[in-house]
Amino acid sequence: MQSNSKKLNAKDFATDQAVRWCPGCGDYAILNSVKKVLATLGKRKEDVVFISGIGCSSRFPYYVDTYGMHSIHGRAVAIATGTKIQNPELSVWAITGDGDGLAIGGNHFIHAIRRNININVLIFNNEIYGLTKGQYSPTSKLGQRTKTSPTGTIEQPFNPAMLALGAGASFFARTTASDPKHLQETLLRAEAHCGTSVVEIYQNCVIFNDEAFEEFLGKENREDHTVLLEQGKPLVFGKGLDKAVQWENHELFVSTEVDSAVIHDERNLTLSFLLARMETVKPLGVYRCVQEPEYASGMSTTETKSRKQVSELLHSGSTWKID
Amino acid sequence: MKTALEHIIILFSGDSGDGMQLTGTQFSDTSARMGNDIATFPDYPSEIRAPSGSVYGVSGFQVHIGAKEIFTPGDQPDVLVAMNPAALKVKLPLLKKGATIILNDDAFDRSGFKKAGYTETSIEDIEELRNFKLIHAPITSQTERALETIDLDNKSKRRCKNFYALGLCYFIFSRDPDLTKEWIREKFKDQETLVKANIAALEAGYHFGETIEAAIAIYQIPEAPLEKGTYRQINGNTGIAWGLMQAAEASGLNLFVGSYPITPATDILQELSKREAFAVQTFQAEDEIAAICAAIGASFSGALAATTTSGPGLALKSEALNLAVMLELPLVVINVQRGGPSTGLPTKTEQADLLQVFYGRNGESPLIVLAASRPGDTFAMAFEAARLSLEHMTPVVLLSDGFIANGSEPWRIPDLTEGYRHISTNMTQTPKEGFRPYNRNLQLVRPWAIPGTEAMQHRIGGLEKDFDTGDVSYDPENHEKMVEVRAKKVSLVSSNIPQQLVEGKAQGQLLVISWGGTYGAVRTAVKQLQEQGYEISLAHLTYLNPFPENLGQLITNFRQVIIPELNKGQLLRIINAQFHCRAKGYHKVQGQPFTISELIAAFRKELKLMDYAKQ
Repeated sequence: MQSNSKKLNAKDFATDQAVRWCPGCGDYAILNSVKKVLATLGKRKEDVVFISGIGCSSRFPYYVDTYGMHSIHGRAVAIATGTKIQNPELSVWAITGDGDGLAIGGNHFIHAIRRNININVLIFNNEIYGLTKGQYSPTSKLGQRTKTSPTGTIEQPFNPAMLALGAGASFFARTTASDPKHLQETLLRAEAHCGTSVVEIYQNCVIFNDEAFEEFLGKENREDHTVLLEQGKPLVFGKGLDKAVQWENHELFVSTEVDSAVIHDERNLTLSFLLARMETVKPLGVYRCVQEPEYASGMSTTETKSRKQVSELLHSGSTWKID
Repeated sequence: MKTALEHIIILFSGDSGDGMQLTGTQFSDTSARMGNDIATFPDYPSEIRAPSGSVYGVSGFQVHIGAKEIFTPGDQPDVLVAMNPAALKVKLPLLKKGATIILNDDAFDRSGFKKAGYTETSIEDIEELRNFKLIHAPITSQTERALETIDLDNKSKRRCKNFYALGLCYFIFSRDPDLTKEWIREKFKDQETLVKANIAALEAGYHFGETIEAAIAIYQIPEAPLEKGTYRQINGNTGIAWGLMQAAEASGLNLFVGSYPITPATDILQELSKREAFAVQTFQAEDEIAAICAAIGASFSGALAATTTSGPGLALKSEALNLAVMLELPLVVINVQRGGPSTGLPTKTEQADLLQVFYGRNGESPLIVLAASRPGDTFAMAFEAARLSLEHMTPVVLLSDGFIANGSEPWRIPDLTEGYRHISTNMTQTPKEGFRPYNRNLQLVRPWAIPGTEAMQHRIGGLEKDFDTGDVSYDPENHEKMVEVRAKKVSLVSSNIPQQLVEGKAQGQLLVISWGGTYGAVRTAVKQLQEQGYEISLAHLTYLNPFPENLGQLITNFRQVIIPELNKGQLLRIINAQFHCRAKGYHKVQGQPFTISELIAAFRKELKLMDYAKQ
């Protein structure tokens, strides 16, 4: 009733369901940030749809008072695609994780990106299977010991940024649940982008993969091991802003020559790829954002009022009468 | 002197590149336009172009035309058109004794015989041909000659030879070639040379018939006494596409079709992808799973959603189909069955997916199951599938099969203002405080509130939900209640479908129960036995879950029930389990439809056994 009359705040987007993630889970921060972003955008509850797959992340729709569907493993993006095509006016968000979205749902992930359908895909990446209690995922680090890799994995992980860019992503961003401000800014950018907006969110699983991102997101390490991407700004970082990302011989490397830092350009695909490949320093922010034809713009739609009648079709072409 | 025939079965056969499907279609379209009843059966290899001249590459198109009502493409052809030795070799065993064979003599050379695996090197040497009437026609060379003055390369000229064969058949069976000429002009609108070439070939074949008239028999097939009305040719795949479109129109919804190409269902997607002016949105997904998932997503936001597939695709869709059962969203799943298991026989017909549709999902997962019977009822059945899905908020599987999908028959275009006008959905738009998505009506149907509707926002999912609130619930008793509610909801559909019709007396000795594409053959067999005085009746089912309310009573009215199916007894198991009866089965899984004669033999045997038991 209220949704039309007044501007909503984040709390208005809460449901009466008890949130059941583990205490300390990174998902709480994402949930709060999403609600804040919806309020900031002035969204009406009825115009927003969250569709999730299976996994810890996929409980998400139960906790936001919009339309929502907690679907089946890996298929959130495919379902969200149908929801969006049927009603392009809706703000559609697919909520998935590294297992749900990149293992069992990997095919739908790349094909949604290829089509550039205007949905937001949030990948809660904790580099582990949480809901099934601790098996390695497609983003688990090589050699990581988990319940199904007691001597360490022998599989190379996916790099979600490389995967998305390789599939032709018109928008890819990486952020972290541990920095709600950055997370919210990134989500606002994702929603503003017309096309498939892929947001990888580093999210710490306190139970099965705690401190997975400590090397570069830990308090001590963060400033020296992450670089913030801002359009048109030099890639300078470090505690004393004394480090720079430099570009030479088709590679990026870290130096102290801040004056020759690369200027971030979200439209430069080569730069996006090179940023995606950085290991010791993780870029956070929008890697790529380009306006490319969105799926629905190629759709030919018919207004219900002007639709042709099937009876015309039945009587078209070769027919004959028997009297 | 023309001999009038009541009906005749003609089989066109040649290499898969010879255009036999086109020739057969033209022959049957023309015959339908001339007032005959027809039924067709295209039978082609799954390879697009198998090695030319080989037996693997033989493509056939059987057409049965009649001056009376025709229910099947017929058992044994009276006439075979054989464009090459391989076609002769493959099709000869199917022919009626004494049948007429029209041979393309030019193709019966040394290499042609060899490719077909014949040890013989001339037609005269083939022993088996002695019992048949042969019409020798130099089809390839005569086509080339007729096209001499036309500016086309020789290869393209030879490709017109199917029209030569068609022209010859038009003469022999007194068909009007003008309808095909019209079609050629339309088809090759901007290619004047091809129009000329194909018409020249058609006329040359027709004239060749005139030349040899004295030596061959000429036939005519008078008009069939069909019901008054406007007719058109229809095949099963097109009928399904159009039926879904009509359902969308009648419900005032968009039609969303999420599909992935698969033989023999692909034509439905292709047909619908041309129809955006009718508020149809097609989505060719990356796989079968995404196809049904997109349809579920579209259903969630208010479309009449459908997905089309065949057996292997249905297997992939089963988890998502179960989600739709759990969400209680409308969804139409079209399964055009083919030979299985696994990839099986992609281009051949079978009805072996029934148990998959009934039971192929985890948990207790009931849904509505319907089956089309013939190309001419696919429009009605697709409409019905959508109606039940929308009215009862549950997925419906409509079974078709390769035989129905590709076969065609004259179809009396229905009056859409009668019976096809309106479908009422359960869509709800009245904002209510505390909207409950699983608050059911007397039919146990839940409301459909779609995103964008104010104050109705809610969350649904695959987890079990509380009967009252719709929230996630792990309560043991609630779960059992919900399982029962979902089952009851589907069983209540029986009050919203017609009673089962019986063809013949409503009680007696033997009741035949059949379903799906076997209808024509079963009906013809039963009719013939009835005419011979046997106490036999037919109940051909189109509603398989739930069954019509009177089916149980009907079964008890007969001493014995026999269920012929193109599988190893799937409906048989369901009927015997549900009605505690001891029906017998009659099975065939050869990728081919039943013949009328084998059914008559099977039913007669059963009747004799019963007679014997009586004595």
